Amino acid sequence: MQKEIVIKTDKLTKRFSDFVAVNEITFEVYQGEIFGFLGANGAGKTTAMKMLIGISKPTSGKAAIAGYDIYKNTEEIKKSIGYMSQKFSLYEDLTVKENITLFGGIYGLNDSEIKTKSEALIKKLGLQNEADKLVASLPLGWKQKLAFSIAIFHSPKIVFLDEPTGGVDPITRRQFWDMIYEAAHNGITVFVTTHYMDEAEYCDRVSIMVDGVIEALDSPSQLKQNYNAQSMDEVFLMLARGAKRGD
Amino acid sequence: MSVIELHNITKTYSTKKNKIVAVDDVSFSVDEGELFGLIGPDGAGKTSLFRILTTLLLADKGNAKVFGFDVVKEWKNIRDIVGYMPGRFSLYQDLTVEENLNFFATIFNTTITENYNLVSDIYKQLEPFKTRRAGKLSGGMKQKLALSCALIHKPKVLFLDEPTTGVDPVSRKEFWQMLKKLKAQGISILVSTPYMDEANMCDRIALMQSGKILEIDTPQKIVKAFDGELLSVKANSMFNLLTDLRNYSKTISCYAFGESLHLLLDNSNQDLNELKSYLKNHNDLVIEKINPGIEDCFMQLMKAHHPPSLMEGL
Repeated sequence: MQKEIVIKTDKLTKRFSDFVAVNEITFEVYQGEIFGFLGANGAGKTTAMKMLIGISKPTSGKAAIAGYDIYKNTEEIKKSIGYMSQKFSLYEDLTVKENITLFGGIYGLNDSEIKTKSEALIKKLGLQNEADKLVASLPLGWKQKLAFSIAIFHSPKIVFLDEPTGGVDPITRRQFWDMIYEAAHNGITVFVTTHYMDEAEYCDRVSIMVDGVIEALDSPSQLKQNYNAQSMDEVFLMLARGAKRGD
Repeated sequence: MSVIELHNITKTYSTKKNKIVAVDDVSFSVDEGELFGLIGPDGAGKTSLFRILTTLLLADKGNAKVFGFDVVKEWKNIRDIVGYMPGRFSLYQDLTVEENLNFFATIFNTTITENYNLVSDIYKQLEPFKTRRAGKLSGGMKQKLALSCALIHKPKVLFLDEPTTGVDPVSRKEFWQMLKKLKAQGISILVSTPYMDEANMCDRIALMQSGKILEIDTPQKIVKAFDGELLSVKANSMFNLLTDLRNYSKTISCYAFGESLHLLLDNSNQDLNELKSYLKNHNDLVIEKINPGIEDCFMQLMKAHHPPSLMEGL
């Protein structure tokens, strides 16, 4: 069976004057896959991700996200994806319900869709008593779970998660991954960056960027075999220790 | 001798609507020359403790001393002898690397050359960029500069608030090597981190969650105190395995840990054959007894300290 390709890049490159932040990266991500996008600080992950979500124009190369061209169809791309990062996800001075309504509206859902879906979501998260409370008053773990749910509220094809579990307690971190599994099981492609190497093991495939290029890309078990390593942590250290630039 | 002592420190922040207890009746002490870790997620109260100990924040209750000086009455003495690296990068972005270091040396009435030996290992890596503005440095280099600036006046105690957060695994390992070297030079260090795997680099640790200390001890003793025998379970479909084990009647807890699941069964039942027959539909099943790590202990302690309702939400 041919797997549907939802992210496809071809020699995607971004230069900042003489500095090549992302150097001809070529890869594919399949529908329903959990794809781990790893790399050392300064390897070019953030720059690559910004191009993929349509907020930074590449210098050269090609890419299609959910079938849309990243030069011409950035608005369509934004409608087909969800995005969540540790730094920005929710408005703290809006309530839980207001946040859901706001993002539902931004993603183009109509009022009745927002109403039914938000009630279901609040129930699923067990936030009935918190629905009218400000997001600022929620514990961090709940905020992260809510932020993820909102990022996939409009049933996007792909959800981009930029270090979603940073600073989160170990139990909530695992509950968060349960949600990732569930989303992937429902056919949403998950593109995730993390500094936790145990989380790299939960991905279907993992790419590791070093100095602007993708140095390795495979399933965690295959990578461990290829590099004769016991864990993804070891694989990462072997590859990233060779980095010359940035850090 | 204790270089840091806290007794019943409590700190609350009040907004119009609610009161948040950031630090809840915390007491501990750090010995001279010790590398002491505060381990816990965001919201554990780590930063509030750092700010109280470095005399930047007043506690509501309790008292604390650094090198015998009271944090309220003798704050001036404390500021002379501590080095503090806050969690958020707070050097002067539009000064160069060298200007920043020179500035911090000067306000403490010293010079870069006087204490160069202390920072040389770290600063050597920055020297090629010494004319670059601090704001233009990469994350890892900012972190090294911040540590150099916290060290340049040869402090007796070093306070490092989440120095490795958001830093990749390679730079994190290097950073801990630097801390070991500083410890070897006799500097006492209080360091916080949300990464449980870094706990083993410390002499002693306090596991913290929601303003409270769950446990204080050496990492080895904390691991030894884990209640029960932990199993590692693997199969070809990890997601189905997790679902099945969570539904198993004898399961106390089951969490994903990298490529395997860590399973804790009801203490009265260590019969693995029963477990194996329950999982007979799984392929490539591997069950092994393993030693718990700090993260296993942290989760066990978290569950013991919190009402079950907080653990739900899924």
